[in-house]
Amino acid sequence: MNFETIVGLEVHVELKTDTKIFSPAPSHYGAEPNMNIHVYDLAYPGTLPTLNKRAVDFGMKASLALNCEVAKVMNFDRKHYFYPDNPSAYQTSQDKRPVGQNGWIEIEVEGKKKKIRIERVHLEEDAGKLTHSDNGYSLVDLNRQGTPLIEIVTEADIRSPEEAYAFLEKLKAIIQYTGVSDVRMEEGSLRCDANISLRPFGQEEFGTKTELKNLNSFNFVRRGIANEVERQEKILLSGGEIQQETRRYDEATGQTVLMRIKGSANDYRFINDPDLPEIHIDKEWVDRVRAEIPELPDARKARYVNELDLPEYDAHVLTLTKEMSDFFDATVEAGAEAKLASNWLMGEVSAYLNAEQKELHDTALTPEGLSSMIKLIEDGTISSKIAKKVFKELIENGGNAADIVKEKGLVQISDEGTLRTIVTEILDANEQSIEDFKNGKDRAVGFLVGQVMKATKGQANPPLVNKILLEEINKR
Amino acid sequence: MTLMKKTAAELQALLHNREVSVKEVTEDSFKQIAKLDGQVKAFLALTEEEALAKAEALDNSSQDSRGPLFGLPIGIKDNIVTKGTATTCASKMLENFVPVYDATAVEKVNEAGMVSVGKLNMDEFAMGSTTERSAFQTTHNPWNLDCVPGGSSGGSAAAVAAGEVPFSLGTDTGGSVRQPAAFCGVVGMKPTYGRVSRSGLVAFASSLDQIGPITRTVEDNALLLNAISGIDHRDSSSSPQQVPDFKSALTGDIKGLRIAVPKEYLGEGITEDVKDKVRASLKVLESLGASIEEVTLPHSKYASPTYYAIATAEASSNLARFDGIRYGYRSENAGNLEEVYTRSRAEGFGTEVKKRILYGTYALSADHHEELYVKAMKVRTLIAQDFASVFENHDVIVGPTSATTAYEIGGVAQNQLTLYANDILTVSVNLAGIPAISIPCGFSNGLPVGLQIIGKHFDEALIYRVAHAFEQATDFHKSTPSLGEGTN
Repeated sequence: MNFETIVGLEVHVELKTDTKIFSPAPSHYGAEPNMNIHVYDLAYPGTLPTLNKRAVDFGMKASLALNCEVAKVMNFDRKHYFYPDNPSAYQTSQDKRPVGQNGWIEIEVEGKKKKIRIERVHLEEDAGKLTHSDNGYSLVDLNRQGTPLIEIVTEADIRSPEEAYAFLEKLKAIIQYTGVSDVRMEEGSLRCDANISLRPFGQEEFGTKTELKNLNSFNFVRRGIANEVERQEKILLSGGEIQQETRRYDEATGQTVLMRIKGSANDYRFINDPDLPEIHIDKEWVDRVRAEIPELPDARKARYVNELDLPEYDAHVLTLTKEMSDFFDATVEAGAEAKLASNWLMGEVSAYLNAEQKELHDTALTPEGLSSMIKLIEDGTISSKIAKKVFKELIENGGNAADIVKEKGLVQISDEGTLRTIVTEILDANEQSIEDFKNGKDRAVGFLVGQVMKATKGQANPPLVNKILLEEINKR
Repeated sequence: MTLMKKTAAELQALLHNREVSVKEVTEDSFKQIAKLDGQVKAFLALTEEEALAKAEALDNSSQDSRGPLFGLPIGIKDNIVTKGTATTCASKMLENFVPVYDATAVEKVNEAGMVSVGKLNMDEFAMGSTTERSAFQTTHNPWNLDCVPGGSSGGSAAAVAAGEVPFSLGTDTGGSVRQPAAFCGVVGMKPTYGRVSRSGLVAFASSLDQIGPITRTVEDNALLLNAISGIDHRDSSSSPQQVPDFKSALTGDIKGLRIAVPKEYLGEGITEDVKDKVRASLKVLESLGASIEEVTLPHSKYASPTYYAIATAEASSNLARFDGIRYGYRSENAGNLEEVYTRSRAEGFGTEVKKRILYGTYALSADHHEELYVKAMKVRTLIAQDFASVFENHDVIVGPTSATTAYEIGGVAQNQLTLYANDILTVSVNLAGIPAISIPCGFSNGLPVGLQIIGKHFDEALIYRVAHAFEQATDFHKSTPSLGEGTN
């Protein structure tokens, strides 16, 4: 391996505003084709853009969360190209004066922390969507036209596919925490292109880069970069030269495929958009937006480790999404012990969500519900085994653990007298097992405990059953 | 005698006393158009049925809410969108384009109770200064049918001058309201950039375009500007600046006013007869108590190249949307996507439009962006600063509107010096974003000469005061062309 991998990412994130960035049309995902459109989105003659201030707030919020400097004065520029998904033949974007610049985020790969610098964050509008049919026609759906986007451009600081993956995971978490986007790759609200080049270790200047597109999941980003690195390496080792080109990742073959050679770069003929006045962002505006940013994943992680004594791993997993982290915080707030809350969220809750393909807000579980259950486990009212039944009820139908336990009669039987009566009956009916136990077969106790649990529908306090069983056997 | 040569105030009195109805006023406009437009060719489309229906409704409406423009006919330049009525920009590209919404200015004239009678001819996409660049017809100057009416708002100026309508809306990107107003002997105002909403104005050069009123008198012009001005949430470049009552500015008193006359405005390329009329006008203003002082606008000599770089750059961007995909002309000879674009645009646009798109594309191309577009934007700032420094010590600037009077249709190209002088006179005002009016100030060989009065940003009221005082002291606005009218 003689080459160093150099990667820069360009990430597009759709902003979750109610309306489009320059028109009053709704910007929701999933409407019938061409239902979410306004005359402006059709580039109808005489129509003018009106900037959605919320989109600017969101762009600022993302910039701040990514440690960027927010522009004091910014403007929009037109970027020209002809294509049917682009009705005005220009995309309104930001060229020289983007909303955010000079940021960074910290990633961790194999225990090593590293800052990836962010060159810029700029606001722009999304294009429409084309569907190519096989009868020679293409269908144009302009619902997405004008949906606000931010494009996040990193410096070429990424040195491996794993770092790219870690960067995206972190970026996604941060953006999602700010609430400006759903950051769902499968719905296209997060899209990523990668610029990849190699250079001999020790060399200062970068090699010729290729741009990789069609990376539809974080895993494909990782595999696509790895494959492209391999491809470039082979060419360089055989004395060839890398061509500046755009390539597409083919999910089926795992290979990158040539899309187009970038001979003379596109001339987008940028022009300051004369329909949109400069936007002056004062300190007050920045402060207001900054105040809306919640505690971000790194800060939460540190708090979980330092204040709640959670292991690093738990803290990492719990903070991957804001929803999980918020839920955890609220569960602890409601009185649950932190590590137990973490165990349940990372264990049973996550297993349930994975199995049902759901997210927390799709279930009936509340932090109060989960906390009430954990408290009942802690004070011995229910066993872990009973808890699983209570949990199923809580996550499917909601409510409070104490009520469920009462209604369903699930309270743990910890009364010695009651248990001794049941144990006596079981022993009377299983003379052979007592015999076996006395002959040294320890397994027999397990069988007897099982019988007691069965007789009490699982409600018997297990340690107590064990203790009484041994006492009673020893009496015989 | 036609009602179309009366002022708003005169017509309002007739309506108030029920001597005429709105319907009769409207019918008179169509009668005049029927009589004259075969020669003038100002209108591209008439909306007689809708206009008469509206007139009747207005006649039946309550007396209480009637403003100064109630019931009066107006013509609209065909690059201002009108819901349900084709808006062609005088281009084959938009020949069958019927908008689904009204421009804000159109909404406002409707709200004022005005009756729109039709759409007016222009140079294609407002690119030109003769109205010969229309894809459909050439408009003739009512003062001399062999001459152009000026442009690009030639239809708007000619219709008012001919007495087809008392009011029209034009648009001014580099003189397109003022120059035809001068050629046709009417009053045309280019308001401050941002004074009138551009929503619904089909963009030529967005940072320069303004809609402006064309009328027979200064007072009527002030009334119409009042009706169409004001901030509009649909246009981010429209200004929150308060709109004063322009009519109340018409005091007739300009004593002590400090008038600046840039020496560049009476220099090379300006014909002697125009210079004479302007000098005579300055004497009139002086006699009314104003002081006259010569000043200089040193960067005005760069106005022409600056304007062409910026206006064509913006035009190349704005006109890119006409691609034959969603609306407008689509070539029937296209076999693939690339050809839909290239052939629709090649067949749909006229020569002048294509020429300007090419210039603008060149000015924005990576290799020339800095030396042309960026440099022009810097010079634009210097030109604006020239005006600002003059306005530190002066109230208004006065000069000619155009270097010449109207020239012959199809005539030989103007000489370079004249073209250059014309640009200095008009386009620098658009580059600076300030307001300016053209009013009649005399005749030369039977053709009108226009006097231009330029003011500070949002100071239209003062421009109107000066224009009105001049109008009251002279009779030029009372002359009308004797087109097909016999002796009245």
